[in-house]
Amino acid sequence: MIEIKNLTVDLGAFCLQDIDLKIEPGEYFIVLGPTGSGKTILLESIAGLYPIKSGEIWLNGGEVTKLEPEKRGIGFVYQDYALFPHLSVRGNILFGLKQTKRPKDELQSTVDWIAGLLGVSHLLERKPETLSGGERQKTALARALSISPQVLLLDEPLSALDPQSREEVQHELREIHHRLKATIIHVTHDFEEAIALGDRIAVLSEGHILQIGTPEQIFRQPNSEFVARFAMARNIFSGEVRDAEEGDAIFSVGDMELEVVTELRGKLHASLRPEDILLSKEPVISSARNSFRGTITHIADRGSTIYLTVSTPSNFICLLTRRSFEEMNLTKGGEVYVIFKASAVHVF
Amino acid sequence: MVQNMLRWIVAKRLTITFLLLGLVILLFISVPLLKMVFSSSPGILWDTMREGEVTSAIWLTLYSALISTAFGLLLGVPLAYFLARHRFRGKRFVEALIDVPIVVPHSAVGIALIFVFGQDFLVGKTFHLMGIDFVSAVPGIIIAMMFVSIPFLVNSAKNGFEKVDVRLENVARTLGASPWQTFFRVSLPLAWRSIFTGSVMMWARGISEFGAVLILAYHPMIAPILVYERFEEYGLDYARPVAVILILVCLVFFIGLRSLAYRGERA
Repeated sequence: MIEIKNLTVDLGAFCLQDIDLKIEPGEYFIVLGPTGSGKTILLESIAGLYPIKSGEIWLNGGEVTKLEPEKRGIGFVYQDYALFPHLSVRGNILFGLKQTKRPKDELQSTVDWIAGLLGVSHLLERKPETLSGGERQKTALARALSISPQVLLLDEPLSALDPQSREEVQHELREIHHRLKATIIHVTHDFEEAIALGDRIAVLSEGHILQIGTPEQIFRQPNSEFVARFAMARNIFSGEVRDAEEGDAIFSVGDMELEVVTELRGKLHASLRPEDILLSKEPVISSARNSFRGTITHIADRGSTIYLTVSTPSNFICLLTRRSFEEMNLTKGGEVYVIFKASAVHVF
Repeated sequence: MVQNMLRWIVAKRLTITFLLLGLVILLFISVPLLKMVFSSSPGILWDTMREGEVTSAIWLTLYSALISTAFGLLLGVPLAYFLARHRFRGKRFVEALIDVPIVVPHSAVGIALIFVFGQDFLVGKTFHLMGIDFVSAVPGIIIAMMFVSIPFLVNSAKNGFEKVDVRLENVARTLGASPWQTFFRVSLPLAWRSIFTGSVMMWARGISEFGAVLILAYHPMIAPILVYERFEEYGLDYARPVAVILILVCLVFFIGLRSLAYRGERA
């Protein structure tokens, strides 16, 4: 368990202020905030790498506020991996283990076990510069896990990766969390990532925590304009993906079934940008499209653009230009079809 | 054909002009050295090389410079690391101070050193009690070389440490390494090439020092002073073979060490 009490950190331009967090053992905790909101510094402060102004940090019942970083037992993974370039993958994973003074063969078997866990066994003799982004990130994770940390701190672990490696590493993170019951603090600016991985999410803006809650709470009951803007950018659904009889895959949300394009299967989330939804008064017959009949329940006028909420009964938030809104002659309570391509749905 | 060539020359006129100007510098450096080396008769060179005075002077020069580089490593690398990792008031002043030995006339350096390390002065007196004298002694040669050549090592090592990402050191700390272990397991191995290159430069600069050593320790005689002495007393023809041998020895070491550093870079 990790507890942060009244933490204040001077960042020069502004301060991280009155940060109070209590993270349970085995919890996957997300700190969500835009770039420059002090997320990396927050992690560095927890790890003891950045001087704090005031406040306390407790780890499993003991105060560590003044403890040196090497004595805290906290694993750290930076956004761009920070692998030791002069060491092989094996050397990187061994780095922390060598500090433990355990017998050599025991160290090697630990390396082999962790490398196997993260699927980097075949890369052990390679130098970091020869690895792909995903391989580097898995190596960095293996290195951080090698010391059996009490908490694992992840600084934007997915944002430097290409979409495919991102899916892969995200999967690894979930696996690690389940198999090792690791306590994880993961900072990100990506709302979907937060929802996909987090047990709970804290939203950070300009040094303050605005809201802490489950993904559902953050998404359904944002407590401020800022959180709402973070959340409202997309339509997000929770459901299950299975194989389709034809086409790629089916994402089912309650009674609704969406055609989607993804390799993933199981309980997942899907998001859809409002501007990717086409509205039509007539049904459109096309195999590549999802099409649902619904009722307009809400119209939000934003000047040149209009946001419509269509209940099918699932709520879809759709974006229209004023011109097409007027041309289609849509009214609240009116019937309309929401139409979107399978490829417009992002599964995560 | 001719027209094409003319067009090419016009198109590349900047490159061609700069190349020609650069060629002047390259010739300026290489012609005097090459001419001296190739106009000496091998027989005279061989005889000179077997002269006890010459070999001992060259040997003294090489190992004095090596010892001064060793002191430079011991004292200069920590300073370089400190400067690469800390920001403080007066840092620019400290950095300027490190460069001062490059701009001060070296005969003046010799005189300044006598005023500290001479036996009549506190530091010199203290060392004298420990049995170490500087004036007209090997330790004097070493400190004179060190004074004028330390900037090369400190600056190069500092650049090397600055290129080591602080976050690598941070990660090492979280993995259980103390600040000392982090320095020796991460920072130093990653900066070693810059440190090595700086050491070669420092050593080479030490070998070539004349002015400061001349004032502080004319005897025992290092090779550059031997060249000077033979020139003064016997003239050009006697000074030349010693100069040639000194240049050859320096070139062999310099090229050898440079290629060693370069090979490390590609590995």
